[in-house]
Formats: sequence, structure tokens, C-alpha cells
Amino acid sequence: MSVRHALLALLSEGPKYGLQLRQEFEARTGEVWPLNVGQVYTTLQRLERDGLVESEGDEEGPQKGYSITAEGEAELASWLRTPPDLSSPPRDELVIKVLVALHMPGVDVHEVVQAHRHYLVQLMQEWTRLKEYAADRDLAFALAVDAELYRLDSVVRWLDAADGRIKRAALEEREGAPTALPRAPRKVEVPR
Amino acid sequence: MTFLEMQHVSKVYGEGAAEVHALRGIELSVDAGQLVAVMGPSGSGKSTLLTIAGSLEEPTSGEVLVDGEPLGAMSPNERARLRRRTIGYVFQDFNLLAGLTAAENVSLPLELDGVPAKPARAAGVQALEELGLGERADRFPDELSGGERQRVAIARAVVGERRLLLADEPSGALDSANGEAVMRLIRAACQRGVAGVVVTHDAQLASWADRVVFLRDGMVVDQTMPPPGPESLLAPIRTP
Repeated sequence: MSVRHALLALLSEGPKYGLQLRQEFEARTGEVWPLNVGQVYTTLQRLERDGLVESEGDEEGPQKGYSITAEGEAELASWLRTPPDLSSPPRDELVIKVLVALHMPGVDVHEVVQAHRHYLVQLMQEWTRLKEYAADRDLAFALAVDAELYRLDSVVRWLDAADGRIKRAALEEREGAPTALPRAPRKVEVPR
Repeated sequence: MTFLEMQHVSKVYGEGAAEVHALRGIELSVDAGQLVAVMGPSGSGKSTLLTIAGSLEEPTSGEVLVDGEPLGAMSPNERARLRRRTIGYVFQDFNLLAGLTAAENVSLPLELDGVPAKPARAAGVQALEELGLGERADRFPDELSGGERQRVAIARAVVGERRLLLADEPSGALDSANGEAVMRLIRAACQRGVAGVVVTHDAQLASWADRVVFLRDGMVVDQTMPPPGPESLLAPIRTP
């Protein structure tokens, strides 16, 4: 989460005090990303140094007022539309653990998969319970919880797919022929 | 209070070389007021588990108890009465009768159980109103959206004194907003004291449950614990 750009976004609505910025940041992100006081003020100082915000008054602290500059507006507009880097696959610890388990003697890879699935579903139950109680009243919170649930869900789906693929591979190996899923025919007859 | 209990339930289809073990030694208990999700891939025995729990099918061995009464000791008539009065079913494809209005679909189980048409119909309309469908009571299923049809099916499953709600992929054909609405209604029914079982392959759906039971090759391999209350969940987030 870019605290820098979140603060610029809040200032794009009009001039604000340091303390106010911290409170609004927490409210807007559904309190999912807590922020400490020091982080807000050091970030504001850096933004001012870079010419993206201007301050009024000399005294540092919660009562110091800030406003966004034209340069700050341009930086914010460009940041909003810049996709985060999702192109290179992260070195996924979970994938590595399953791949390692696959070749270890005496390890049941399905049991390893289930241990991770258990953990993820339990976590999803906790997020869903939060959504059930709190999300009706808070749009930002509901969006943040949904993002977390979809992320965890995608990992569970990968585990399910891996589980099925490993099971089919073991069957094929035992029976010496592909038995599991039908393959697509090479030639597709087009009905006339 | 345990409302549904499955004791060492097994189900075998076919014989000899064609024998298929759909369920093996299932132990499952669901309390009144609790929602349990049974999660597993297709072919894991989820739907068989649900139909046996709902007395739509008999186990090869083992026993199912509903409200302490073993299904195996009941006559076919007694089991039919249990299905009409106590158990509500929700399926992925809604299973509404096309020739009946929403309200008639909902009141049908009551009428089959001998409740006169007028009070049965009133209970049907009331169940629909509780699910926000009061104004659609006179519509036929093909005049309703998928989300509305599933809400009608849930109203039918909870109308009257039903105490066990069994759902097979209840939001499978719905978009995420309608799927969430369906799960909120099922949770609400459980909070009123109904015992609920949802079978699904979908982790987002399962995560609405108090407890998730994992099924694999007809066996329960694992289960989660109920999540803590909302206060303890928010605590670590609020600490700066």
C-alpha cells in the first residue's frame, strides 16, 4: 500500500491537517491497513521536499496544514492508472512446498495439500464472519475483505486443481494408460 | 443440541467388480442453530451424503438420526412425514414447479402435509416477505431471475416448522452478489435455530459455515473449527 499516494488522494479533496489525514486514511481503508503517526508525518515531509504538497505554518505536528500542488495532482493521476507489477510470477512458497512434497519418500502429498487447504479455509471463514457482521455498514471494508477472500480462494482453487491432477497422474502411472479425463479430439467435425 | 447425526454411514453402489464406495464410515453431527459445510471435489460423495442425511436415499450401513430418531427404525410413511415437515432442501437448479406461482411453490409442502390451502398460502407469502420477495408472490418461476428463484427455493425449505436445511451447491448458478445473498439467508435461518448442511466445492461458499468438513473419496478427512467472534477478529487489525 502506497501511503504516499493515499495521502495525496486525501489532499486532492482539499487542504487538511496531519491528524485529520491519519484518521481519514484509516477510515477509507476500512481499518485494514493501520498506520502509525510517525509514518504520516515523515511521508508528508518527503512529499513536501519533492514538491508534491505545500504546508502552512512552521510548527511540525498534528495541527500543521497541508495542500496538494499541481505536480502532486499529476503524480496522483498517473499512479492511479499505473498497473502494479503482476507480470513476473512471485516465488510462491506454497507451490514450492507442494512440488517438494511430490518427490519426498514417505510423504503423502494429499495430506500436505489438505494441511494448507485447512489453514486457508479457516482464514476465509474468519474474513467471511467479519464481512457478515461489519460489511453492510462500510463499503471500503467490504471491498478490502472481498479482495482478501478472492485472493485466498484462488489459492484454495490451485490446491484443489493440484490435488486432482496429482491423483490422476498416480492413477495413470499405476494403470499404464490415461484413464482420467477425456482428451479433446484432434479433428472436430463441423456439422452442416 | 445435536439435531442431525450420521453414525458410521457407508454407501455402496453396484456389486462385485462394479462396486463403488460412495461413502465410507461417515461420522457427522450438526447442532440446531449450526451451519456445517461439507467441502470436496466432484465424486467425493458430497451429494450422496446430503441425500442420505435427508432420507431421500438409504445408507448401505450405519445410522442417521434426526432429532434423536433413527431413520432406519421409521416406516416409509414416517420418513415421508419427516421430509414434508422437518427437512427443507435447496438444490443448485432451484427445482421449482413451473406451473405454480412463487407462493404456491412455497406453500406446497404445507399443503401436502394436510394444512388447509388458506393458512398454507398465508405462511408461504409470509416466508417470501421475510426474504424480500413479498411482491413477487404471484409470479411464476419463469418470470423470476435466478437469484429470486433461489430465494423462493429457500423460502420453501424453511416454511413452517422446518428444522433441518440441506443445500446442494445452493449458489452454484448465481453471480457473486446473489450467491452472497443466498448464503446470508441460510445463515439467518440457522441463527433462528435451524440446523444447516451445505455441500459445495466452493471455498467462498463454505466459508460462511461455522464448521467446514472436508470429504475425500467418501471419507471425512479433516474439519475446521468455528471462527472466533467479530470482536476478537478485529482486535489485531485495530492495533497500530
